[in-house]
Amino acid sequence: MAYRSSTNESLPVRIVLIVVAVLILSLFLLLPLAAVFIEAFRNGYDVFIAALTDPVAMSAIKLTLFAAAIAVPLNTIFGVSAAWIVTKFRFKGRSFLLAMIDLPFAVSPVIAGLVFVLLFGARGWFGPWLGEHNLKIIFAVPGIALATTFVTFPFVARELIPLMETQGSDQEEAAVTLGARGWTIFWRVTLPNIKWGLLYGVLLCNARAMGEFGAVSVVSGHIRNKTNTLPLHIEILFNEYHSSAAFACAALLALLALVTMAIKSLVEHFTGHQAGGAAK
Amino acid sequence: MKRSSFLSLALATVALVAIPACKPKAVAAGSGTRLLNVSYDPTREFYEAVNVAFKKKWAADGKGEINIEQSHGGSGKQARGVIDGLEADVVTLALAGDIDVIAKEAKLLPADWQSKLPQNSSPYTSTIVFVVRKGNPKGIKDWSDLIKDGTQVITPNPKTSGGARWNYLAAWAWANKEYGGDEAKTLDYITKLFKNVPVLDAGARGSTTTFAERKIGDVLLAWENEAFLTKKQFPGETEIVYPSLSILAEPPVAVVEENAKKHGTAELAKAYLEFLYTDEAQDLAGQNFYRPRNEKIAAKYSNELPSIPLVTVDKDFGGWAKAQKAHFDDGGTFDKIYSRGK
Repeated sequence: MAYRSSTNESLPVRIVLIVVAVLILSLFLLLPLAAVFIEAFRNGYDVFIAALTDPVAMSAIKLTLFAAAIAVPLNTIFGVSAAWIVTKFRFKGRSFLLAMIDLPFAVSPVIAGLVFVLLFGARGWFGPWLGEHNLKIIFAVPGIALATTFVTFPFVARELIPLMETQGSDQEEAAVTLGARGWTIFWRVTLPNIKWGLLYGVLLCNARAMGEFGAVSVVSGHIRNKTNTLPLHIEILFNEYHSSAAFACAALLALLALVTMAIKSLVEHFTGHQAGGAAK
Repeated sequence: MKRSSFLSLALATVALVAIPACKPKAVAAGSGTRLLNVSYDPTREFYEAVNVAFKKKWAADGKGEINIEQSHGGSGKQARGVIDGLEADVVTLALAGDIDVIAKEAKLLPADWQSKLPQNSSPYTSTIVFVVRKGNPKGIKDWSDLIKDGTQVITPNPKTSGGARWNYLAAWAWANKEYGGDEAKTLDYITKLFKNVPVLDAGARGSTTTFAERKIGDVLLAWENEAFLTKKQFPGETEIVYPSLSILAEPPVAVVEENAKKHGTAELAKAYLEFLYTDEAQDLAGQNFYRPRNEKIAAKYSNELPSIPLVTVDKDFGGWAKAQKAHFDDGGTFDKIYSRGK
């Protein structure tokens, strides 16, 4: 063996541990995934295609992509700025900012949704003003984009902060001594150092944005062709006894996740098995 | 350096708030006038059929193309949505109480909305029946069988579901009659009944899925139309049992006047609801296992939808406002059965 084992557990212990891990993985991850795809194709390929090309499903897919297209760039900008500020500087309220970034992870999505109803609902804080200006947020597309953005807020920042923390600001400081200015340093020094970590964060953010159910369900209003995202559409189909169609859409969503994971693995491969490491 | 990063953070924050907010109609596209019908759970199939027929008629009358949007969910939840700004042009909910709340809390329609259309603004009625497994293995025949040990009853949560409130009142009416109006004994019966409920879903459709698809429970308390639909969707798996006494459920419809005014759909919304009283829509109601109000058309479906003794909310519970307060509001009898401990 090329490597010496770093642990000294006996063989039976190792076998038991491996078996337990494989068992749990199969039960909780592989089996449900397989079930989704089997159910989706149970009534044949035609049913699968028909379920996805149905106009209601198409509009749900479009809305899901649209919400992700708003949430992901916003959170990318936010994530990079927040990670930059938190790791390159020491200032008052820094740990408070760090805690705030984690907030969307900590609160239940349902509460996130309800908070938006409380703020922007017809009887919410800003409801009367929005009503007067004929702006609709809740039970309309902006609310869905907003809820999605909120829930996926921390992904990019959380990915970058540890990475930038370990990198320190030596290179930036060197750049300053050579006369570089803010943006130049960001584009030529910082960004190249974090790009794989950033990509990884963006991918995770995107996967979650497309899959979000709870917060979006609260602010959606469930209007067909209008405010139904793909996850909500799956629930409706299931409730209407269109099981195969529901699983067809679920399979599409799972597929999107799998593609994301595949790209993620590729990214890891390129970074030499470091989770978004500094090596190019 | 410090300044520019602060700047980008500020920019990101502004963008986060501003961009989604300025795009209110990003995905809204399509042609013609829109009408949003916010309805309760089991009406999906019925309104799907009604919308097709109404659109055809509206176009044939030379009034142009229209687009009818549907939203479905537990009746109470839907009412809550309309109050919070879900801009329904018409509501077609499970019980008058839910529309009363919209009128009271959000003032989107007048308090006397129920007198605007014939027959209490209920173009179709229904009742509450039992759905049991094929062959009725537990021998469930009447309300008294529901509190037996080892019988699992599936019903949605009366706090969120209209159907569940009808279920609850039907059970209450039977027990009240059975125990000669003794309220303590009636409450005791209801407590025992809910002790047998393993899952409280938020809406009627959720309960049906729990019973029929996930195969939980021995008996489902359901809308009559939902019971027939289950029989159709899961052929040979369920049977319908009519109890000795049930309740006349009048799901009402109303134009949400303030919203319709705002959208310029007042005329369309009114015509849409009036269409529900036409022979064509009444027949569709019958086909979807609702009891048509039109007696001639109701007669056509009397074999499928047999007449059984029915109590009414108005006569036996003093109207929805009173029933809601006594049973379902905070501190009502439903809260009592849970505070008494399971």
